[in-house]
Amino acid sequence: MQFLQTPLPYLLAGISVGGQYALIAIGYTMVYGILRLINFAHGDVFMVAGMFMVFLSASLPLGLAIPLVLVITVLLGFLIERAAYKPLRDAPRMSVMISAIGVSYLLQNCALYFTGGLAKVFPQIPWISDTVEVFGAVTKRVTLITPVLTVALVIALVLFIRHTKIGMAMRAVAKDFETSRLMGIKVNSVISATFIIGSFLAAVGSLLYFTNYASVTPTSGGMPGLKCFVAAVFGGIGSIPGAVIGAFIIGICENIIKGMGWTTFSDAFTFALLIVILLVKPTGLFGEKATDKV
Amino acid sequence: MKKALALILCVCMALSLAACGGGSSASGSKTVTIGVFEPASGDNGAGGKQETLGVQYANSVQPTVDIGGETYNVVVKYVDNESSNDKASSAAAELVNAGCSVVLGSYGSGVSIAGGPTFENAGIPVVGITCTNPAVTEGNSYYFRICFLDPFQGTVLANYAFNKLGVTKAYCLNKLGDDYSGGLVNYFIEAFEKLGGECVHEEFPDGNSDFTSYVANAKAAGCGVFFSPVSTEAAQLIIDQAVAQGVTFPLLAGDTWDSNVILQAAQGKNVNITVTTFYPEGADAAFDTNIKAWINGDATNKANNGGDDTVAAVTAMGYDAYFFALAAMQKAGSTDPAKIMEALWSTEYTGVTGPIALDQTNGDAIRNTAYVKQVDTASGSWIALDPVTIG
Repeated sequence: MQFLQTPLPYLLAGISVGGQYALIAIGYTMVYGILRLINFAHGDVFMVAGMFMVFLSASLPLGLAIPLVLVITVLLGFLIERAAYKPLRDAPRMSVMISAIGVSYLLQNCALYFTGGLAKVFPQIPWISDTVEVFGAVTKRVTLITPVLTVALVIALVLFIRHTKIGMAMRAVAKDFETSRLMGIKVNSVISATFIIGSFLAAVGSLLYFTNYASVTPTSGGMPGLKCFVAAVFGGIGSIPGAVIGAFIIGICENIIKGMGWTTFSDAFTFALLIVILLVKPTGLFGEKATDKV
Repeated sequence: MKKALALILCVCMALSLAACGGGSSASGSKTVTIGVFEPASGDNGAGGKQETLGVQYANSVQPTVDIGGETYNVVVKYVDNESSNDKASSAAAELVNAGCSVVLGSYGSGVSIAGGPTFENAGIPVVGITCTNPAVTEGNSYYFRICFLDPFQGTVLANYAFNKLGVTKAYCLNKLGDDYSGGLVNYFIEAFEKLGGECVHEEFPDGNSDFTSYVANAKAAGCGVFFSPVSTEAAQLIIDQAVAQGVTFPLLAGDTWDSNVILQAAQGKNVNITVTTFYPEGADAAFDTNIKAWINGDATNKANNGGDDTVAAVTAMGYDAYFFALAAMQKAGSTDPAKIMEALWSTEYTGVTGPIALDQTNGDAIRNTAYVKQVDTASGSWIALDPVTIG
């Protein structure tokens, strides 16, 4: 019941991890919105970004390593889409999903091969991994930066989708894939753009997440990936604000549950929440009404 | 075009499989196979690799054994149990199929308990190296062990916290469903409460990497010590988080934390870490010097040891386990697993970690000394404190 006496550390941790979940959840929700595909490899792209950072920072200065990690992760997301999903564009939806699961395992096993299965220590990024004190709660600075950066990125993303040509194309493709193709929208480049944005946000999320929890293993992407997927479904899959709010709710609730002393059930809670939401509101908080065109 | 691509991919896969199968070689002299049942990946991968290093080094020192007047080459067969209770029995079966006479391992009690029945059914004796949970050998007459047990280690740690640190409230954290940390935490709580202390006990689920709330809980509850004998992987994150939250209480753990992973995580940080272990570096100068030279002489070994030449207690234990197994073979005068199993009960051997003899109920080592070490955060090395002997 420590939460009731000193709620601040738990709220801080919750908001911070919620922001990191949000950045990953956007990737799930955007891809689903456009392709109706649950990209199971997304959590592993997040993990691989962490691995890139570990290996690159060993030989390059951080000022160079960080942008390079972002670029390589974006490239990886793009390549995964081109190699594993695009050839299956007209295949049954299930085949693409299986392909996504395959990519997920491929990435995990590659990471296992290159690390020898051992946890890698994520490098300390100066300034953001410094310890700071906020109203008596001691934490890393990244905890404070994460929510701000997340909100800023989300606003930028929403503006991008509302006000640019490619954003408009994205909305059109999400609305009706076939018709927008007929209208001359280059569906493939729209989809690539989606994967690029998703991977970029996952890379940023990974930098923030691993700065806080500084150990990267081949399975590091598993749990956060699953939780972010839950967050995306919770907020209404396909909806960006929904995914962000869902992620914050899950991050905060999880930490409050731990603070109440029910540490054993913190993960069970996340998944129980998913079941309840699906029973009560199958489309999620902000989900569009089911418009399956049969 | 597509068909051709698919065909090429199939051929590639078939070729790579074929390449895997062609590794066996036949040599003229007689051989005896010792299996090494250790994790090389997963939560306990780092520790398992260090324990395996001890066996590898021992094998390089003593690659042959004289049994009944004949010289046998010792073949060591390594499998990775992936620190996972689900994978343990198939890894064990792989060793059984390889025709091992005796098996060494594992680091981590959970996999040892999970793999135990496979060895028992095959009638192959196993020498546990650092699996400290009592359930490993209980009811399994084929499982032996050369390390101390958790009821003992838990008592030592509880006494240390209560008497040496003068703490009356302890925070205990273990991984949900993990036999090692769960067992040790329970024995600690039992002993600590008997002394008159109070414990706050929490568990974290598998795959968790956010320890913020656990550290915050310990702080808020006003605990004087943080006891968390978990895997080194989780330990890194706990240390990091404890530093980030500026905790003032010491962190206390069991033998798993006696690893250079912990040293690297704690170096240059303001944190107090104390562990109990099997062997303090420096206890056997000749052994330390030789194994350091061996580790430094090979890049792979050095990487497996975590990138430096610190001698982990589990490495010393792995070294002793190998020689203990050879001693049992010699006593049995045979490479037959059943004969070795009978001989193990009465095998005695004095290794670098001290004299090893087994009790006659479960085949556990009779050990009553635990070494206590503390991290020197300035230099990133261990400082040996007074060893604790009970009974």
